[in-house]
Amino acid sequence: MKRPIMDLKEIKKLIELMSEMALTEIEVEESGRRIRIRKEPPVAGREKPMSAPHSIEKEVISQAESKSAEDEKTVLVRSPIVGTFYKSPSPDADPYAEVGEVVKKGQILCIVEAMKLMNEIESDVEGKVVEICVEDGAAVEYGEPLFRIEP
Amino acid sequence: MFKKVLIANRGEIALRIIRACRELGIRTVAIHSEPDAASLHVRFADESVCVGPADPALSYRNIPNILSAAEITGAEAIHPGYGFLAENSHFAEVCESAGIKFIGPFPECISLMGNKAKAREVMVKQGIPIIPGSEGKIAGVKEAIETAKKIGYPIIIKAVAGGGGRGMRVVHKEDEIAKALQTAQLEARTAFGDDGVYIEKYFLDPRHIEVQVLADEKGKMIHLGERDCSIQRRHQKLIEESPSPVVDDRLRRDIGRAALEAVTASHYVNAGTVEFLLDKDHNFYFIEMNTRIQVEHPVSEMVSGIDLVKEQIKIAAGRPLELKQSQVKLRGHSFECRVNAEDPEKFTPSPGTITAFHLPGGPGVRVDSASYMGSVITPYYDSLIAKLIVHAGTREEAIAKMRGALSEFVIEGIKTTLPLHKRVFEDPNFVKGRFSTNFLERFLASPSS
Repeated sequence: MKRPIMDLKEIKKLIELMSEMALTEIEVEESGRRIRIRKEPPVAGREKPMSAPHSIEKEVISQAESKSAEDEKTVLVRSPIVGTFYKSPSPDADPYAEVGEVVKKGQILCIVEAMKLMNEIESDVEGKVVEICVEDGAAVEYGEPLFRIEP
Repeated sequence: MFKKVLIANRGEIALRIIRACRELGIRTVAIHSEPDAASLHVRFADESVCVGPADPALSYRNIPNILSAAEITGAEAIHPGYGFLAENSHFAEVCESAGIKFIGPFPECISLMGNKAKAREVMVKQGIPIIPGSEGKIAGVKEAIETAKKIGYPIIIKAVAGGGGRGMRVVHKEDEIAKALQTAQLEARTAFGDDGVYIEKYFLDPRHIEVQVLADEKGKMIHLGERDCSIQRRHQKLIEESPSPVVDDRLRRDIGRAALEAVTASHYVNAGTVEFLLDKDHNFYFIEMNTRIQVEHPVSEMVSGIDLVKEQIKIAAGRPLELKQSQVKLRGHSFECRVNAEDPEKFTPSPGTITAFHLPGGPGVRVDSASYMGSVITPYYDSLIAKLIVHAGTREEAIAKMRGALSEFVIEGIKTTLPLHKRVFEDPNFVKGRFSTNFLERFLASPSS
């Protein structure tokens, strides 16, 4: 899912951090998004004392990429609809499933809310929850991995 | 003006809409099926949401997922493009209920014009000439025979919920009518979910002339002249041009006025097309109204200088039309060739990977396409790869320009209709402007072509 690049405020904070610590390059990766900021060395003859141009690279990484061999043993539970992911039935309630928990086939793992309707997402397999792939309250698209389960 | 618009479509039209949005400073959300993840419309939109698997019913026509995609991205409006949900009045209604602006006419107008028999009734009341035919749906064989006798053979049986050239049967004699009626009803039920059919007089050698209209929400309306879309195969358009080589200024005024009467009669808002049939004596008859932006809209853009998709968005945002009819100036001549991934002789689909792709260019040459070298043409969606459009000062110059552009257009790895277009543009009758809707079938059948 392609999302807008990080908020301008976050980018400004990173640039300030770079100046504070006299860094020339910084790269941050979080929740499948990566941003790299590189400061070009000042060129002789450039009069402005203001910061030299920053080059900002924007990259969006597909969240479906698997990283290691152990992933082959696991099964992904993917969202069948477009909506917002909630790990608990309500804000103060306990999550449906936590990492490390063993779940049964057909057990409710989470809710994906679409147009004010709460859709309960069930597990297709029995196994242990190895990873919850999205953050609570995040927007999810069709096919987006929600849970990684080791049968 | 909207801050963010979701495009509920794919391919070249999705890209077209993204361009218009970008020029208006609007952020765009693309929706796509799983196999379309690497599509250009996904790449060039600001955001994207996967809404389903390959099957269009589960993705590009998946209303809940599309609305949900608009909700999670904060899109304020949805542009439906053409095909898919563009003429689905239920979708337009659901958008309205969800507080999302549907860029197009109001739901009631879509459903009214979507019923071909009702549309004819509305036009008759407004005083617009329609093709002699049945009043509404045909109840059975007896009524069919009586109606056909009154109109005079040959007649054509059409689906009331139809369009796009499907669900039609021509009947030349009374003894053929019972069977034709049965087949047409079955086809109609299968294709459109409604077996209602009506009957019209069938003309030999007619021309398909359609008028582009624009209407704002305050009741102002203009037309941008006509397009001649007679070059069709099995009712699927292949080549379109504006203006029509047989329409003079007077006829343009009359047919344009009739098109605006249709807009009034249907309470139409936004961009639309009123289709007419022109007989040999240059009488015109209303056929149907298309309540969407059409594939061939570029030829009208070229001769009028007006960006139709931007106009659609501006109208939906509540802006009044800036131009009066008297300010609409049509200049020169434009052609469009639809380049499809099909065998140019057998017309069987030719899916596969494009291994070479070079576009023609130069003054007055435009290509609307979402294909690129390495792109995969899948069998799930329509076969349109690109639209090649030219514009020049005269019809002769435009023909020369199209010939040049066709010869420069390189597509390898799949079969396309390019060779057919090249042959048509060399045909003496086509060059003279002498053709009807039967042209292409005859052209394909003749041994010399």
